[in-house]
Amino acid sequence: METATEMEPTSPGRSKFLIGGLLIVAAVVFLIWNSTQSSIQYYLTVDELHERGGDWIGKDVRVAGAVIGDSINYDSETLELSFKIVHIPADVEKEGGLAKALHEAVTDPSRHFLNVVYVGALPDLMQHEAQAIVTGQVDDLGNFTADELLLKCPTRYEEAVSEEAST
Amino acid sequence: MTVNIGYGALVLTFIVSLYAIGAAIYGERNKKPRWVDSARNAMVLIFPLLTISAGALILLLVNNDFQVEYVASVTSRSMPTYLRVTALWGGQPGSLLFWSWLMAGFASAVTLRKWDRDREFLPWVIVVTLATLVFFLLLVVFYENPFVRMWQTPVGSVLTQIFQPTGSIPYVPGDGRGLNPLLRHPGMIIHPPLLYLGFVAFVIPFAFAIAALITGRTDDRWIRITRRWTLWAWLFLSLGLILGGRWAYDVLGWGGYWAWDPVEISALLPWLAATPFLHSVMIQEKRGMLKHWNMLLIIFTYDLMIFGTFLTRSGVLSSVHSFAQSAIGPLFFAFIGVTLIVSLYLLSRRWDELKAEAQFTSWLSRESLFMINNLLFVGILVVCFWGMIFPLISEIFTGQKVTVGPVFYENATGPLWLALLFLMGVAPLSAWRASTAKSLGRNLWKPAVISFLVPIILLLTGMISMAAILTFWMGAFVFSVTLYEFYKGAMARHKRAGENFFVALWTLMGRNRRRYGGYIIHLGVIFMAVGIIGLEVFQTETQGSLALGESLELGPYTMVYTSLSEFDTDDNRNVARAVVEVYEGDEFLTELYPRKDFFYESQQPMTIPGVRSTMEDDFYVIMADWKPITTKNATFKVYHNPLVNWLWVGSIIFILGTFVAAWPEKEDSPKRAKKSVSASEKV
Repeated sequence: METATEMEPTSPGRSKFLIGGLLIVAAVVFLIWNSTQSSIQYYLTVDELHERGGDWIGKDVRVAGAVIGDSINYDSETLELSFKIVHIPADVEKEGGLAKALHEAVTDPSRHFLNVVYVGALPDLMQHEAQAIVTGQVDDLGNFTADELLLKCPTRYEEAVSEEAST
Repeated sequence: MTVNIGYGALVLTFIVSLYAIGAAIYGERNKKPRWVDSARNAMVLIFPLLTISAGALILLLVNNDFQVEYVASVTSRSMPTYLRVTALWGGQPGSLLFWSWLMAGFASAVTLRKWDRDREFLPWVIVVTLATLVFFLLLVVFYENPFVRMWQTPVGSVLTQIFQPTGSIPYVPGDGRGLNPLLRHPGMIIHPPLLYLGFVAFVIPFAFAIAALITGRTDDRWIRITRRWTLWAWLFLSLGLILGGRWAYDVLGWGGYWAWDPVEISALLPWLAATPFLHSVMIQEKRGMLKHWNMLLIIFTYDLMIFGTFLTRSGVLSSVHSFAQSAIGPLFFAFIGVTLIVSLYLLSRRWDELKAEAQFTSWLSRESLFMINNLLFVGILVVCFWGMIFPLISEIFTGQKVTVGPVFYENATGPLWLALLFLMGVAPLSAWRASTAKSLGRNLWKPAVISFLVPIILLLTGMISMAAILTFWMGAFVFSVTLYEFYKGAMARHKRAGENFFVALWTLMGRNRRRYGGYIIHLGVIFMAVGIIGLEVFQTETQGSLALGESLELGPYTMVYTSLSEFDTDDNRNVARAVVEVYEGDEFLTELYPRKDFFYESQQPMTIPGVRSTMEDDFYVIMADWKPITTKNATFKVYHNPLVNWLWVGSIIFILGTFVAAWPEKEDSPKRAKKSVSASEKV
């Protein structure tokens, strides 16, 4: 089989392993870099979307806002769900928590809003004053088509329950 | 009264833990073993004490003591008793107490082992374990106290305090808010405890590692002591992750089991550090190599575990699981920072003593292949960690909040998982120190040839997805290699000892549990990979609004919507339940009952899918919406999930394998393979 003498760590032997290891590291770095580029989503508030609306057309964006109950419209034939979300600040902690921020948002008629269309099952938590996080694209008329819809309802529970739906 | 006992026991545990830490350090520094013994006795006490505290909280939950704020927030009168018990981990304060309780169980258990051969570790194991516990108790006692009661003041406002404010009267709400309906599922009842068990059990190997660093006893003793602890911790963590996925599949109704949600990832991270650790400790045991690496892995496992607990318990990242926003975030952050810095400092002090006793000599040696396995696992860990913190980093540097979705994780980790799968087939056949391509080829060619049948058949049947064909081929390859290993080992015994083949197989596995347990785990992983590819690549879905008698087609199946009923239940739910018949061609297969429950207390609906599940595929029907009175029209969303059951079957095999590996062995053979293992010994 093999002799029991230790092989001397010769420098070409070592660099062989060093290069191999570096190749794996390089592969991981490449995978991260490449995948980040291709799957980046911009996280915006409704206000930011309004300010620079044109910049975001066609890009994958993610917007959080408070759902206006009266605007929820669900067509169970086409499964088309449309609703309005109004601006909530990016950092709700400063505003005294999510529940408070959402309540202030739906009671303030002066805020910017966004029309969202989503096709799919009506999520259980789709209701007035819920926080909707929608991912999708905005068109040149400012209408938002969501591929993914995430809802949170901090008002019902101490622990915000949330739910994810996606197509 | 119950509140006082529970809270009293909690505070007492906190004080006893602090005493034990002090006594252990004092006794060790001043060479007074009696103080260390006293610390040890104190540590034994921790678990009974916290049992009293947790027991008191369970009693309050079961007895509907709604004056206690926590009880009112997670239970209600209509909940069955078993759910009230499990409400112990239904909210933040309770689950922190529960976490500490489990942690205390491990702490007390580890003190009961025989310490004769490694007494020098004892004080430091006590210090590290209890310092971790003290941190969590600190959160429970001062920030998230589950025993806080509600009091009404003369002016009518309600205060929450542990003791009665003067002039106030107890405030007892008529009913509680009840446990979140989404959490009322068997998977959800055992998923958090198992995850927590996995988390806290990793404190023990970490404590021994740190003890080894402090005492300078840097041989592989700490690894040998903690080998079994690590395996059990890993078992619980794996089981917790799997059950979480199963819960998502059964309850969340999006037809998947894993959404690459930050909290899911944060539970996966310690697993991704622990799995390479399990592999690389074998190299240290056999060859005395990778000592720094093993220390780093266990330190990161520990801190990622704390980080995982922190993420579930704070609200830093937006997530499906993002629980109450809370003030304890900065404390967690500080704790992680301190433990990481101290551990790395201790490691740097011993850096020179941890030099490897041997060098890598061949790319095809088992240690090199294990090292590649380690790099790949850590690569996946880095990918996941990057994806999770990328939004935070980007916000700090560019001011722009960005995020990466599931696509990022799938693209970036996919090739790495695939490479790991391939290694699973090659590494077990390589020899320590050096293998030649020739010897490896001799072992591999038969299974490799057999495995090529799979992609050929798949191509002939018209499969076009390269990812699927590649994975299925590798699965077949690893599967046949692994079975061939079992066969060769058993045949060798059969010939040598004249045992019956199956007896030989049984004794073989019994003699070398870790090795064959590992192989069984690998077989489980192959099954899981098949299930994952089935869902990722071949899932199809459709949706439609149907009148009674109308049908919807998907894949080979047709579903016919036949009736809808709506009724109230005793436990305060309104149930809308559809009856759907499933046909394959003209053949009637089964009836499914997708339904929607509405919980009156919490005013929340919950969607429960109807699923027909076979090894071939799942037919998964969700009732999305319905018109109760007028037309009885209902909207369905339907998924066809091929092969997904392989994931769950694979999980069971995986867990069984871990049991085999973790089960205590009669004899411990701490021989290090000084010589290269010969072919006959290897099988």
